[in-house]
Amino acid sequence: MSLTFSRPPRKPATSAAAPPEERATFKSPVLPWLFLLPTFIILAVFLYYPAFRTLRLSLFRSNIILGNETFEGLGQFAELLNSPVYHQVILQTVIYCALVVVIGLLIAMGLAWLASRPIAGAKFYRLMLIYPYALSPAIAGTIWLFLFNPEIGVINNILASLVGTRPRWLDNPLLAFGLVVLAAIWKGLGYNVVFYLAAIQNIPGEVTEAAAIDGATGWQAYWKVVFPLLSPMTFFLVFTNLIYALFESFGLVDILTRGGPVYGQTGITTFLIYQLYEDGFRNFKTGVAAAEAVLMLIMVGVITVMQFRYGNRRVHYGA
Amino acid sequence: MARKAVSVPSPAATTAPRPRSSGPARHWWIHLILIVAIVVVASPLLFALIKSTQASDVVIGPSMLPGGHFFENLASVWSGAHLGRYMLNSFIVTICVTSGKTILSLLAALAFVYFRFPLKNVAFALVLFTLMLPTELLIVALFDLISGTLKWADNYAAIIVPFLASATGTFLFRQHFLNIPASLSDAARIDGCGPLTFLSKVLIPMSWNTIGALAVIQFVAAWDQYLWPLVIMQSDDKQVVQVGLRRLIDAGGQTDWGAVMAGAMVTLIPPLLVFTLLQEQFSKGFALGQDK
Repeated sequence: MSLTFSRPPRKPATSAAAPPEERATFKSPVLPWLFLLPTFIILAVFLYYPAFRTLRLSLFRSNIILGNETFEGLGQFAELLNSPVYHQVILQTVIYCALVVVIGLLIAMGLAWLASRPIAGAKFYRLMLIYPYALSPAIAGTIWLFLFNPEIGVINNILASLVGTRPRWLDNPLLAFGLVVLAAIWKGLGYNVVFYLAAIQNIPGEVTEAAAIDGATGWQAYWKVVFPLLSPMTFFLVFTNLIYALFESFGLVDILTRGGPVYGQTGITTFLIYQLYEDGFRNFKTGVAAAEAVLMLIMVGVITVMQFRYGNRRVHYGA
Repeated sequence: MARKAVSVPSPAATTAPRPRSSGPARHWWIHLILIVAIVVVASPLLFALIKSTQASDVVIGPSMLPGGHFFENLASVWSGAHLGRYMLNSFIVTICVTSGKTILSLLAALAFVYFRFPLKNVAFALVLFTLMLPTELLIVALFDLISGTLKWADNYAAIIVPFLASATGTFLFRQHFLNIPASLSDAARIDGCGPLTFLSKVLIPMSWNTIGALAVIQFVAAWDQYLWPLVIMQSDDKQVVQVGLRRLIDAGGQTDWGAVMAGAMVTLIPPLLVFTLLQEQFSKGFALGQDK
């Protein structure tokens, strides 16, 4: 989904430059609207109208197959917010997102930093770290499904010969959850490393040199100097990764675990987007699925507004 | 003020006077961590690659020796499980979406930067606001619209048309155009250049990095589409390859894992190729590379 890749952070140099001026080179009352027309038709028909319909559907109890609907008001929202199943889905989505974002970014930042040190073969290391960008969630899911297959997967073959055990990875709730988290981190690594490498390139060399003169060890320089300097990029990546974890988890989960295995009220890898899909297209509870969509739209809205509000105000380094 | 970007440290940077020696000896642990990291990152793919070359009786065993059956495996999914068909569909969809998004965003950015018109800010806000409306969340209503009203459920249009507009693209091109000196467009207009000629003769040649960067992210995003095609595409011979992967696994009772791994490897190639070819534009287009 394109949203994952949206809004690269503005470069400090651009924000320091004079504000871009308004141009009015060409004069025509019609032409600009003509140029905007295709974009607006698409946005109106395929985004704004469905968004409006979603809002309306969430207020009706309806079945897309039977085509009936009765007005419910906010009843379906109340039902969802009181449902123990939905509580668990929210909770495990939050835990999943937190783990994927925090662990994923820490690993990516550390590796990007090491791979941009002046060492032999640095270029090779960087290349080997960014190519996972080309992985899709579905491919990641497919490979991991085979890798962790209890009978014939290579992981269990190794474990069986070393310690004589063959864990049933996808039947054990904790293991399955962990696998989905790891696979998501693995899939996202390339993207995060690309952006961290770019941010590291923009750190003025004098800063790290000064730290070295002051006697900072590599580790101190990293935590006290580099880590804070990368905070604007980290901030940007937290948001893109959050959106990634919320939505792109679907392909991974659908292939790897199908939302299971059951733990407590529901499957432990049934995240919000998977629940929406199940309710909308498996259980045919269209109204409920629409209400879930509205709740998630609110979440995305809050996340986006926070990014716009705080993202550009972050301390920038240099110039 | 010119900041010095000591970036991808070149040999020059290493030989520059530094307070501490940074000889290879001090770096052994960096090499160690990086090597471990790339091995860990690469191992699932290596595993898949090796398994994709093994004969079907070896695949299920513990052997990790490469075999010579890659093309045999690939052939069995390529025609037997319609992988070839899925790949072709994904190509059609991805190329249409990527080029459509690029053209529509270029036109929209042209309007936003080089014209003054009433309600411009409102129009721009309406484009930007769609960043908050990911298609994944609209699937229920969109399904209703596309399969019910438009009857596109077995048409490529269902997975192409809704994605043709791009807020990200419009935003990026607008930023890029705003950094091009206004004198250029003034000169063009004085020379009698219309807006479309200006776009094709001046702006596009100056925007290849941004176009390339956008193409990479749009290509990868369109190629990776999963949820929407899964939901909407009714006819299997128009399905995309990501959903096709699931079909390969499910096909029959017994999954032919060697063949599935061969399929996964082939599915990986197009985005990898696009990313590798356009990597330079990708970094430059986002102004990620070096300082101007």
